Amino acid sequence: MPAPTWTISSVREALVTKQLSARELTQDFYEHIADENPTLNAYLALSPDRAYAQADRVDTAIAKGDVLPALAGVPVAIKDVISTTGIITTCGSKILQNYIPPYDATAVERLESAGAVILGKTNCDEFAMGSSNENSAYGPVRNPVALDRVPGGSSGGSAAVVAAGLAVVSLGTDTGGSIRQPGAFCGVPALMPTYGRVSRYGLIAFASSLDRIGPFTTNVTDAASVLSIIAGHDPADSTSAATAVPNYRDQVETPLDGIRIGIPEEYFGEGIDAEVKTKVEAGIALLEKLGCKRVPIRMPHTEYAIATYYVVATAEASSNLARYDGVRYGLRVSGNTLMDMYRKTREVGFGPEVKRRIMLGTYVLSAGYYDAYYLRAQKVRSLIARDFAEAFEKVDAIITPTAPTPAFRLGERTADPLQMYLADIYTVTGSLAGIPGISIPCGRTKATLPVGMQIFAPHFSEGRILQIAHAFETSNGFNI
Amino acid sequence: MKITREEVLRVAQLAHLELSADEVEMYRGQLDEILTYVGKLEQLDVANIQPMAQILPQPAAGTAGSQADTESELRDDILGPCNVADAILAQAPDAVKPFFRVPKVIER
Repeated sequence: MPAPTWTISSVREALVTKQLSARELTQDFYEHIADENPTLNAYLALSPDRAYAQADRVDTAIAKGDVLPALAGVPVAIKDVISTTGIITTCGSKILQNYIPPYDATAVERLESAGAVILGKTNCDEFAMGSSNENSAYGPVRNPVALDRVPGGSSGGSAAVVAAGLAVVSLGTDTGGSIRQPGAFCGVPALMPTYGRVSRYGLIAFASSLDRIGPFTTNVTDAASVLSIIAGHDPADSTSAATAVPNYRDQVETPLDGIRIGIPEEYFGEGIDAEVKTKVEAGIALLEKLGCKRVPIRMPHTEYAIATYYVVATAEASSNLARYDGVRYGLRVSGNTLMDMYRKTREVGFGPEVKRRIMLGTYVLSAGYYDAYYLRAQKVRSLIARDFAEAFEKVDAIITPTAPTPAFRLGERTADPLQMYLADIYTVTGSLAGIPGISIPCGRTKATLPVGMQIFAPHFSEGRILQIAHAFETSNGFNI
Repeated sequence: MKITREEVLRVAQLAHLELSADEVEMYRGQLDEILTYVGKLEQLDVANIQPMAQILPQPAAGTAGSQADTESELRDDILGPCNVADAILAQAPDAVKPFFRVPKVIER
């Protein structure tokens, strides 16, 4: 597989110095995609008309000597759960196999307004439900680093295209780890912003109290640039935060002197792969060398996070996915009565994991079980958020592995849903608490599989996360 | 056993899913295993814990700026253009403008 060669700044440099045009760059990317995508299955749809029209606008601006916007000509890919006007958007599901959104998600609109060239839509687990990309109705994505391995999920396609150099930037979504874990498995930086930092308008809902949009990039500076563009309040999303958006790029260069990093022992215990543990500990040692102060901490409710997450997320999913009934959009399977049509449409349109989660979510919300499951889980969610709030009184950031193991083999874990869920243990905690987190590359195993290190920080502290990640990157931590 | 075959069928009905016989058996076993795992939440005493209702920490009542912060999240209640009916109906499996058409709902 090819490796990424372009960054946001190298694209800009090449365009401004006229080494090539935005149209030529777009064309190069589409040629690479034509070569590699049959193997990777990372793109589900390409949007050349829209991409070339945008590239031509950039080339016209360059010819006229206009000031170029921040992402002028940068080829980007969008996860297929994010709405794009005129580009088929399936959510990796048969139930939306012909769906063409009539509007753009706010994050997409902001990228395009900043000059980005949208190449196409990336494969993912159906409705973002999965940790391996094997739940896509359109087949799994292969990990570009090791073709017999999963790319992680649910944003597996978005991680793979950036890792393989088939886009410079991509957008993914994270509900319980779906940006960070594939970032770790494919060896690229992957940022989950604070809940509400990036508008969810146009993000097709899975679990509304957990869903976030964030970028995959080849380097931390690019993640900062993209976040500065997509973050901010949006009148179309009442949960988007009014908190001011800093220029994150200005924050990445700050030295790490005296930053206190919390190391929670619960994230290094039972179930962690020995090589992952060794690499992340080496990563922490590097951060100490760079001026961070290591503080051992306890996060006592970590062991309850998976149970909490799979109650809360499936409850919300069962409600959000009630809209797929064959009436207004997507698949319809005919039936004799309205109810018959609903049931047949949903039976044919949804895959096994989505049905499993709808069933579980419906059960935990149903009369007689609500208090025992959903209400209790929301209370435990408060305890998990409190663990973080108390930790952040003592430390500025928390460092953990992103996932207990490196990328596993395709098909290796599909038979046992609960085992697949349990592997989300290090990522769902931050999801439940609403805080930001990033996964950055932290060396490779002996079998050359990427290891991910995760950085959490308090709500709206993306600048600090990017600052730590950037210092780690510039000290060659990615190859530790 | 946490969940019976009858409960699986009841949940499927609530969720508008028409499961095959094989699916009913598969989901019963898998949901049983997952719910048994989720049972570990019972180990915690949550009697005095509030369920999480807001994801972001809320400013304490009476603190400076808290009212302005809260107010800024509410928009003015003014009408905006929403001329999307044609685009939306164009996506429908069966539309007769300005309606979505569905099988007969009321039985005679």
